[in-house]
Amino acid sequence: MLYLIEQCLNGMQLGMLLFLLAAGLTLIFGIMDLINLAHGSLYMLGAYFAATLVGVTGSFVAGIALGVVATFIAGMVLEVIAIRPLYGRDHLDHVLGTFGLLIFFNDLVRLIWGPAGLTISLPSQMLTAVQVLPGVYYPAFRLVIIIATLAVALLLYVLVMRTRIGMLIRAGASDREMVGALGVNIKLLYTLVFGLGAALAGFAGMMQAPLAFVQIGMGENILILAFVVIIIGGIGSIRGAFIAAVTVGIIDTIGRAFVPDLVRHFLSYSAGSSAGPALSSMLIYTLMALVLIFRPEGLFPASGK
Amino acid sequence: MRKTLMLTAALLAFSAGAASAQKTVKIGFVSTFSGPTAAIGDDMRKSFELALDHHGRKLGGLPVEVIYEDDQIKPEVGVQKVQKLIESDKVDFIVGIIWSNVLIAALKPIIDSKTFTVVTNAGASQLSGEMCSPYVFSTAWNNDQTPQAIGLYMNQKGVKTAFLIGPNYAAGKDMLEGVEATFKGQIVGRELTAWPAQVDFQAELSKARNAKPDAIFAFYPGGPGIQFITQYNQSGLKGQIPLYTAFTIDSLSLPRLKDQALGIPGAQEWVRDLPNEANKKYVDDFRARHKTDPSFYGAQTYDAVPLLDSVVKAVNGDLSKKDEMRRAAEKADFKSVRGNFKFGPNHIPIQNFYLQEAVKEGDEFRMKTMATIVENDQDKHFQKCKMPN
Repeated sequence: MLYLIEQCLNGMQLGMLLFLLAAGLTLIFGIMDLINLAHGSLYMLGAYFAATLVGVTGSFVAGIALGVVATFIAGMVLEVIAIRPLYGRDHLDHVLGTFGLLIFFNDLVRLIWGPAGLTISLPSQMLTAVQVLPGVYYPAFRLVIIIATLAVALLLYVLVMRTRIGMLIRAGASDREMVGALGVNIKLLYTLVFGLGAALAGFAGMMQAPLAFVQIGMGENILILAFVVIIIGGIGSIRGAFIAAVTVGIIDTIGRAFVPDLVRHFLSYSAGSSAGPALSSMLIYTLMALVLIFRPEGLFPASGK
Repeated sequence: MRKTLMLTAALLAFSAGAASAQKTVKIGFVSTFSGPTAAIGDDMRKSFELALDHHGRKLGGLPVEVIYEDDQIKPEVGVQKVQKLIESDKVDFIVGIIWSNVLIAALKPIIDSKTFTVVTNAGASQLSGEMCSPYVFSTAWNNDQTPQAIGLYMNQKGVKTAFLIGPNYAAGKDMLEGVEATFKGQIVGRELTAWPAQVDFQAELSKARNAKPDAIFAFYPGGPGIQFITQYNQSGLKGQIPLYTAFTIDSLSLPRLKDQALGIPGAQEWVRDLPNEANKKYVDDFRARHKTDPSFYGAQTYDAVPLLDSVVKAVNGDLSKKDEMRRAAEKADFKSVRGNFKFGPNHIPIQNFYLQEAVKEGDEFRMKTMATIVENDQDKHFQKCKMPN
């Protein structure tokens, strides 16, 4: 039982990371109707910014905070220069354009930071495990990820549902011409939303970096999962993205924890050891297929569409 | 008229190229120079260059030309690069190759074209067994030998139950089987993770904690090794369940891991402090040039140069005499940085395996030989190798 709780925490933590990525992706898709394959590049860029800034400032928290600001600005600049011409075009143009950006960013990072990759080291108090329940030890930094993301999710909720900007964002998602006709600067609004999405993606990259490694192309695998999340959650819905991200995180982790053992009951030990990981990684795609069959709009389609 | 001139110029350039090709030794060097494991390829290249400098940039008296190719840790890219080196660059030798899955993919064009090859890391069991070839030599080991040594050491330490974890590719499976071959206790868990995509091992670490073993064995080379050790430390397992490793902590990861690596034993066939003259020269000159210790990847690659030198010497630079070159290589008539060195009948070295640990010397973290675990170890696949005479 304690073991199950621990694995659920692991799933929750993965879900939090996916939410940070998916929230930006779903905002940009829902409001600007733009498919952004370069979202993973912003995740990578955030991690590189943070790694550099943590090194420069010597402080983990300051490096992350400055890194978020830097990614926010980078996102807005990117929107003005490269994304604006894509609005109103065919989705295929979005895919081609942003895929080009993805390749561009991979090579840009190689030019600036070199091919070897970077690490972000944690402050020592985050390097230990804390006892969350009697007998359940959990890495402190992973708890930090969960708490920080929950706080971000709450902020995002307040921003979108309770502020004037949020109201404009929601209005823009429902009927952009009308909002424009009412005298709202829709271009500026789009730039801000794209920057916000970039900052969220960058923050996700920074949270993952101390656990893993800052490297070229680090956002590409996880971006696929983020797309799965927004398909399950319903495109344009932040609430849907949150619930779907936690579901996908937990299913993926629980699958990795239990499916290989289950498979070994039916196959030989070594065949099961090889096939188990492959089968468990299929679980979330199966879930996505089921959602597409029974609720093609996703579990929580954005209202007003 | 202009066309004719250009044609003449082209022909001249071509014949000049052909003439000089006979006078130089052309080496195609395949390794990983990008991504999270780029540091390995870099260390191999530095060691190879150092060894060439030690030999006056000549092999058997002939000047050397090296073409470096990046396999991007992908078998499909590796095999393309090897084919390009063989078919369009027409190299005399292929050297390098880190990854077992890349090697397995690349072996077919190598064997078919009879290209003389020195594998300096990848230790796929297939190379030692059914896919052995007269013109392919390894200066490394078979994958399972190093974990077999660690399995023996775990027995010595009285470990009764163990949890094994590694990546789900050719070498990962070989490594876990290696431990299983010598470890006398009970295996209470065996995890293979997606490679190289999976970099978060928390679910597996939770599983290991839950299995309550006496010890965990891990195999994660390159950047993922740093990630695994970091996450093992973050999970608080370090004080609870000791970790034993193969190819996870080395001179490349140590500057990043620092004290996180202390007290975690590993096995290796070469350590930077092995007491022999060739090794001292290698390590001292490497440190003078790069300010860090070389890794075992580098040492194995360094050894390829004196080996090839002895081969080119034996045929007086006539690189068409492949069978004589093979006989010369089989003698292993060179000074290896690991001291005694000889090839088994399948062209895999027969060698010692040492216990190594990270220690702190002043401000620097360095690898240190702690003991010899096994002497003159021969891989167990050599009987599957039907080497033509």
